[in-house]
Amino acid sequence: MGNRQYTYRSKLFSALSAACALGIATAAVAADYPTAKVNTTGLAVTDTEVTVGQLHSATGTMAISETGSIQAERLAIDQINASGGILGRKIKIIQEDGASDWPTFAEKAKKLLISDKVATVFGCWTSASRKAVLPVFEKENGLLYYPTFYEGLEQSKNVFYTGQEATQQILAGLDWLVKEKKAKTFFLIGSDYIWPRTSNKIARKHIENVLKGTVVGEEYYPLGHTQFGSLINKIKLKKPDAIYAIVVGGSNVSFYKQLKAAGVTSAKQTLLTISVTEDELLGIGGENMVGFYAAMKYFQSLDNPNNKKFVEAFKAKYGAKSVIGDVTQAGYLGPWLWKAAVEKAGSFDVDKVVAASPNIELKTAPEGYVKLHPNHHLWSKLRIGQVELNGQFKVLYESGLIEPNPFPKGYQ
Amino acid sequence: MTSMSDLFSILIMQGFNGLSSFCVLLLMALGLAIIFGQMGVINMAHGEFLTIGAYTTFVLSEVSQRWAHWMQGSYFIVAVAVSFVIAAAVGLLVEHLMIRHLYRRPLDTLLATWGLSLIMQQIFRSTFGAKEVSATLPDWLMGSVQPTPTIDIPINGLLMMGLTLLMTMIVFIGLFKTRWGVWVRATTQNRIMAGAAGINTRKIDRYAFGLGCGLAGMAGAAFTTIGSTGPTSGSMYIVDTFLVVVFGGAQSLIGCIASAFSIAQAQSTAEFFLTGSTAKVLTLLTVIVILMLRPQGLFSIRVRR
Repeated sequence: MGNRQYTYRSKLFSALSAACALGIATAAVAADYPTAKVNTTGLAVTDTEVTVGQLHSATGTMAISETGSIQAERLAIDQINASGGILGRKIKIIQEDGASDWPTFAEKAKKLLISDKVATVFGCWTSASRKAVLPVFEKENGLLYYPTFYEGLEQSKNVFYTGQEATQQILAGLDWLVKEKKAKTFFLIGSDYIWPRTSNKIARKHIENVLKGTVVGEEYYPLGHTQFGSLINKIKLKKPDAIYAIVVGGSNVSFYKQLKAAGVTSAKQTLLTISVTEDELLGIGGENMVGFYAAMKYFQSLDNPNNKKFVEAFKAKYGAKSVIGDVTQAGYLGPWLWKAAVEKAGSFDVDKVVAASPNIELKTAPEGYVKLHPNHHLWSKLRIGQVELNGQFKVLYESGLIEPNPFPKGYQ
Repeated sequence: MTSMSDLFSILIMQGFNGLSSFCVLLLMALGLAIIFGQMGVINMAHGEFLTIGAYTTFVLSEVSQRWAHWMQGSYFIVAVAVSFVIAAAVGLLVEHLMIRHLYRRPLDTLLATWGLSLIMQQIFRSTFGAKEVSATLPDWLMGSVQPTPTIDIPINGLLMMGLTLLMTMIVFIGLFKTRWGVWVRATTQNRIMAGAAGINTRKIDRYAFGLGCGLAGMAGAAFTTIGSTGPTSGSMYIVDTFLVVVFGGAQSLIGCIASAFSIAQAQSTAEFFLTGSTAKVLTLLTVIVILMLRPQGLFSIRVRR
């Protein structure tokens, strides 16, 4: 019996990887995976169904950003269900609303893990919400797939980070600025909280120690700040070769509109940001940022067959006008990574899924090939995109696969 | 390196920057000054009336993009006027359904209007989507005037100044040169006596609230040139708005202007020499200290109660 299953499983795997490469999913039969075997820890798994949780802000300030992740995760789950589900079971979603409030996130995480017994959760967006739920996931031994690019300095057995950690997003982008734009002096700008501050710290170390450039200014403004006139004048005074901007939320829109109105346009000034995706550009307006650069692992305009299929499916489901940003794509990877790990483990048990996860590959990712590192982050590429009038990016540069390094030595 | 003439240009631009943030603060605060100062209603939903103006601008921008191309260059002016009308109409409705039942219960209005602001935010979200939108602004509006090669004066800043001047004048003439203004001031100073003298104080309240909301809508339309348009955009301004009104002395329009001016100048100067976050802390600290010494604000009307 064990033997038969073993051969079946290895057969399944070769079939699976071939199917993945072709973009066709393979259906497993639930009977081959009896519930008692694939679920030894009392998760919400039946003979026909497995329940997962989705925990984002559908209301409140963060709904602006998190809506894309909610949609992408749903799309992935629908596609997985359409191709036969996981271990022969359909995925059922319980969606909870974190409502942009961190204690609410923690409460809802408890609800999902303790009363709903979900097999995994796709969720969170801001670092604050992730930090709020982290102790819950560790205590209840839950599983969380987190989609946002973030500051790093974290690694948990219970979390998989499908966005980039700071060094992946920052170092290659700065290298590009120096090489292609001959930048020697930099002005660092950020919203005043942990992600921009940590990221700029890494950027400053890299600029000063590795690139031998100079940081001529480093400025932070409170979240929701709307007046950037003084900052813009300071930039004009310092005349940096490049502005490195990590402004977020509504402030982002104010910042770029006021830059443009003050005559600081791409014709005169190089600017690289790591906080503007296609989603943010909807609010800023492509015409207000045209010619500036962004460093991300994913742009909607990426020209590869996986991405074309993904964009088409996304638009078919959510409307032709919808746009896809970096985090949305990272959200889409979550369910697929989980599926691959569950199938490799042959079990929904959290410990087994975690053990099976390192080195899982995804060849069908819209961003291209990704691989899960033992430190629970993804190997991924960095791209530089230039803002175009229509609110899309033109991809100018693509790095090789970058190893995730959430605790970078010499950068703290 | 920066030369003396560069420094001079920066000085000019920084001076202009101080003036334009003064205008932004005053635009936000005018409507609230009427509602809070004149009527004593703490309207926590003031920011959402700004948002109404911003979305009105967005809708008109879409309309002009799709169906009325001839309007693309000028729709913005129309939007400012339409925003006033729509926000004022919503304001009248809100006054009729909610506020008028809560006069003289300031803490209850605080809670009720805060609830209202959440409801309005969710309505925006359900109608326009959770993501931010952006009105396509005419090119002439987003450029800058260059009196010398090193000085850029933003045109949207100039527009904001013009609008502030216009609105302030309308409010002043309305309050101090018309019969309606006399009624409003009488109602503010002594509601019971005003009623006894034959003034329909209910009606005055309603129109004052509508006017305040309309002014907020107009400001919201103007702010699309410098800020975001999303369900919660208005709430970014609410704290500063209350700050200006309270600091200025709740019942005084002159106080409101003086307060907006001093806060804007302090903030903009501090931002230039220190960093953004420190500047904010410093400004707030100063305001707190001054309010401790002068709880009634910068200016106050002496009234016998």
